[in-house]
Amino acid sequence: MKILVCISHVPDTTSKINFTEGDTKFDTNGVQFVINPNDEFGLTRAMWFKEKQGASVDVVNVGEADTEPTLRKALAIGADNAIRVNTPATDGFQVAKELAKVAQDGGYDLIIAGRESIDYNGGMVPGMLAKLIKANFVNTCVSLEVEGDKATAIREIDGGKETLTANLPLVIGGQKGLVEESDLKIPNMRGIMMARKKPLNVVEPVGADAKTKAEKFAKPAPKGDVKLVDKDNLDELIDLLHNDAKAI
Amino acid sequence: MSVLVYTESENGKFKKAAYEAASYAKGIADQLGTSVTAVSVNAEDDASLGKYGVRKVLKVSNDKLSKFNADAYADVLTQAAKNEDAKVVVLSQTANDKYLAPVLAVNLEAGYAANAVALPESTEPFTVKRNAFTNKAFNFSSISSDVKIVGVSKNAYSLKENETDAMVEEFSPSLDESDFSVNVESVDKATDKVTIADAEIVVSGGRGLKGPENWGMIEDLADTLGAATACSKPVSDMGWRPHSEHVGQTGKPVAANLYIAVGISGAIQHLAGINASKYKVVINNDPEAPFFKAADYGIVGDAFEVVPQLTEKLKEFKANNS
Ligand SMILES: Cc1cc2nc3c(=O)[nH]c(=O)nc-3n(C[C@H](O)[C@H](O)[C@H](O)COP(=O)(O)OP(=O)(O)OC[C@H]3O[C@@H](n4cnc5c(N)ncnc54)[C@H](O)[C@@H]3O)c2cc1C
Repeated sequence: MKILVCISHVPDTTSKINFTEGDTKFDTNGVQFVINPNDEFGLTRAMWFKEKQGASVDVVNVGEADTEPTLRKALAIGADNAIRVNTPATDGFQVAKELAKVAQDGGYDLIIAGRESIDYNGGMVPGMLAKLIKANFVNTCVSLEVEGDKATAIREIDGGKETLTANLPLVIGGQKGLVEESDLKIPNMRGIMMARKKPLNVVEPVGADAKTKAEKFAKPAPKGDVKLVDKDNLDELIDLLHNDAKAI
Repeated sequence: MSVLVYTESENGKFKKAAYEAASYAKGIADQLGTSVTAVSVNAEDDASLGKYGVRKVLKVSNDKLSKFNADAYADVLTQAAKNEDAKVVVLSQTANDKYLAPVLAVNLEAGYAANAVALPESTEPFTVKRNAFTNKAFNFSSISSDVKIVGVSKNAYSLKENETDAMVEEFSPSLDESDFSVNVESVDKATDKVTIADAEIVVSGGRGLKGPENWGMIEDLADTLGAATACSKPVSDMGWRPHSEHVGQTGKPVAANLYIAVGISGAIQHLAGINASKYKVVINNDPEAPFFKAADYGIVGDAFEVVPQLTEKLKEFKANNS
């Protein structure tokens, strides 16, 4: 089985989010970038398929050279090859079209992406990619098994779960559940050394157009001070929730 | 040229998210000087959409669609959009809508803005304010394609009544074998519990509760309020609670009316996921806990004392106010 894992390069979850150039650009100053958490769960599941079912695992990112450390980290975790499509990621449609080319050229059986990236939260790349390459698609995937050319997946729905089956090729939008938090691997020294020697192929983009553009950004209005209620005066809290917030 | 809205139903009943999406679609239709057409699938109370400004309902009744299927539903909406020559398609952000949205976007060659929180600030260019960086910021996205898809966040635009006579028309899209190549084998959904996605109120517990045996008081509080229960990430990682209750940046997003956090410190990843909730209450024995900076109301105290008392008082309140 040939697996492709799509890796989004995103600010670490603890990052302070600031903007520059008149609030039109994300300020990367002092920001550490990581593998998008949803993708990392998928990558770790791919490692399982590699170990248990002899799958090969490629990772891909659409982005400029500054995303390479993130791809190297994926190699250190155990991916075999990395591919970088040499163009900035501008919107979900553009990224999906660039990925579609890589997916078709590579003839992958299974493509694992994250349900959303934690920066732009578009939640569209996996579904668009699937439709573009006419593969089956399962979103918010929390469990995945493959036997031959048949996949069984569990998808999280609002308030429950759904079990789905589909033939390969399949694209999933993955998230936690694909593997447990405790299964995530921190690359060891050997992995990091080996990753340096693994191929990281830079391919030129097809030049897909974006259909949306991030024009500007804004930060939420600063929060007013918390209203503290004495623990011995819970009636006051109920009163506030009922009369002020009208929430109960 | 109408604005098309997909109004999701479950067991024949529209979801609140569907009425919110209809309200939002009406707002856009007013901006564009046109009317709203809804698509309903196996719903019973189609006329109820009129209350939120829907002028026409394309009513689809088809047993093949009794279980949600993203490709098939996207195909239905694609045909409806073409039929209506719709330039704007509005969706909600339920799990199903998020699943079908990108498929629909490819079918319609449409740009898609997810997590919209307000009506477009302009329609030329078509620019939508949306949540980004998991609620840590807003992003104004312009959509340049001919057809545009907007997914409206739960509880962001809310319900807006706009009494209209809705015309209900049967609509029979042709479905293809290939629409069903992903097969739904089984659905496992608790029907007696409020879900985090649908809940108006969410009661959430953190590591401060010490162990799974102490969740009884969280459930009591939630039951009293008709709320869903949730938890912080370490609580689900340790297996105290199921993963489906994990909320935050890497868990489920919460956009409730009221979020009550008990024994949760308020780490940035936790807050990011729940910040879209309107009102936040924190109960924590450490006055320095970061959650106090993010909350509207706070109680400094031991959860083991405060929560049972609060539940008792709420029961009295409910008894006197129903
Ligand atoms: C990549 C990444 C992603 C993450 N994603 C998420 C996420 O999606 N969701 C999430 O929740 N976390 C997430 N985290 C983890 C996050 O950083 C915090 O570790 C976590 O939210 C802390 O959980 P907690 O508040 O339950 O526990 P703690 O931080 O241990 O806080 C427990 C709180 O309980 C209080 N307390 C103790 N005893 C009592 C008592 N008797 N009465 C009242 N209060 C009491 C304490 O004062 C403390 O404030 C993520 C972390 C990383 C690195």
